[in-house]
Amino acid sequence: MADTILVVVEQREGKLNRVSWETITAGQAIAAATGWNLEAAVVGGSASIFAAEVATKKMAKVYAVESPKLDPYTPDALAAALQQLLTAKQPKLVLMPHTYQVRDFVPKLATAMGRTVISDCIGFKHENGKLVFTRQMFQGKFAADVSFSSDAPWFATFQNGAFRGDKAEAGASAAPVETVSVDIADGVVRNKPQEVFKEAKQAVDLTQAEIIVSVGRGIKEQKNIEIAKQLADALGGDLAASRPICDNGWLPMDRQIGSSGQTVAPKLYLALGISGAIQHIVGMKGSRAIIAVNKDSEAPIFEIADYAIVGNLFDIVPPLIEEVKKAKAGS
Amino acid sequence: MKILVCMKQVPQKDAPLKLNETAAWIREDVSYEVNEPDAYALEEALRQKEKHGGEVVVITSGPARAQQVLREALAKGADRAIHLEDNAFVGLDAFNTAKAFAAAIKDETFDLVFTGLQSDDYGYAQTGVILAELLGWPHATIIMQIEKNDSGIRVKRELEAGFFQFVDMPLPAVLTIQSGINKLRYATLIGIKQAKNKPLRKVTLAEVQSAIGENLQKIERLYVPQKTKKTEHIEGTPVEIAKKLVDKLRNELRVL
Repeated sequence: MADTILVVVEQREGKLNRVSWETITAGQAIAAATGWNLEAAVVGGSASIFAAEVATKKMAKVYAVESPKLDPYTPDALAAALQQLLTAKQPKLVLMPHTYQVRDFVPKLATAMGRTVISDCIGFKHENGKLVFTRQMFQGKFAADVSFSSDAPWFATFQNGAFRGDKAEAGASAAPVETVSVDIADGVVRNKPQEVFKEAKQAVDLTQAEIIVSVGRGIKEQKNIEIAKQLADALGGDLAASRPICDNGWLPMDRQIGSSGQTVAPKLYLALGISGAIQHIVGMKGSRAIIAVNKDSEAPIFEIADYAIVGNLFDIVPPLIEEVKKAKAGS
Repeated sequence: MKILVCMKQVPQKDAPLKLNETAAWIREDVSYEVNEPDAYALEEALRQKEKHGGEVVVITSGPARAQQVLREALAKGADRAIHLEDNAFVGLDAFNTAKAFAAAIKDETFDLVFTGLQSDDYGYAQTGVILAELLGWPHATIIMQIEKNDSGIRVKRELEAGFFQFVDMPLPAVLTIQSGINKLRYATLIGIKQAKNKPLRKVTLAEVQSAIGENLQKIERLYVPQKTKKTEHIEGTPVEIAKKLVDKLRNELRVL
């Protein structure tokens, strides 16, 4: 019998997390390369509803895994449920999106089974019959091809945006859905989660901005943010920042771009002194044009920049403000 | 509360990194610093101790150079340190690193273990959660606030897209700490002086060897990522660069 790839689809707040479609695309690609079967699992309260939706995609089977103990999410319950499913179905490879929720339970699940997770992958290669997963290391300065040296099941998680969710292939007919009930004993779940909430209404909605000037560590001091603001004003754009700037309180949290902040796709993203850590890049790589100014020529931000300026932002930005003003006045 | 903080020494953020002859790791003759989220984990542990009393112990693994991270932590106020000292620890996967830590603390009793949420080198985001499972303790990840209460602790988890959640959990527990949970302190001169007399326990590879096994995953090769985008470098004096950029903004990007 052929080996099986199992994609674990994520539910969050009673909704199917859209990043799951990307993982299904990844699963279909690996299935095509290896000749393995593809299956999916939906775990939790509304599992059967979402299982029917997932079953429209090209795959062999979908499991709807149910237990009253799965809602609300806890790492203890989800890991216990999946361990039962995986032990029963014995897939070779288990794929998930690298979400905060997956990061919360998948290392526990793999450890409970004596296995490992290759986390935050951006792609895979199937070379001479060997499957390797590509992931970023050293904050994106290097890529690594990583293989499993343990027995199955193998666990891998994919970074948001690594595959296109809209490329998930539909099946000729709906895949069969099998309902699996799992037994989670009393006492397994130790954490008591409260309601999910949003801190304050986001005052600034950067997702609608056409031009964003964003600052990172290279700005050095809070008072220097003023020149970035002047550039943003001259361009008619909005000011944003990478996480360390907001952690320092130099700009409010609602101006943060990245995995823990907003995801933006403006016409122009001008990155000043931003090195381009993965957590930042996932929030802005969809921008139509990226201009990066950084004094470190090896900064990962240059990997995704359309225009690269290697230099000191304090030298570059003041004349740029003047030139932009001149251009605007002349137009 | 007795708190263990797991810390890691990583290459400095702007250190130029080069591959070594194996092409599966970097040349290690670079400058190092403490992994940033771990610094926040330490700060949080010190603040919890200041509120509730107890002890803060810091642990790291790596060659002699990694001791610097522990010395800085002791200077900031940690009470004692544990150093798993061997270059071989650098190459362990998250599973084995957690196993080595668990073995090194088997005779200790902690209420809490903190780690940073991920490291700037491997970026696994796994070691803390694996350690919790090995210890048989509950855990919570990406923590932005910790309050002690009668039954244990209430923590604030950061979720994606600006959402948060409070979680009540019993002790002992493992928490992975998010950057920005607090404001970092600097070591004082007197702190640096006192650190010299604080206990630092060294653990050899041989002492924990029986607990660890072969890595479960292997880095086949490390390489500079292939560019998927064509990047145009804009060079010249600052004024020339500004003029060229404005031309791009106007004629190619059409945003001016």
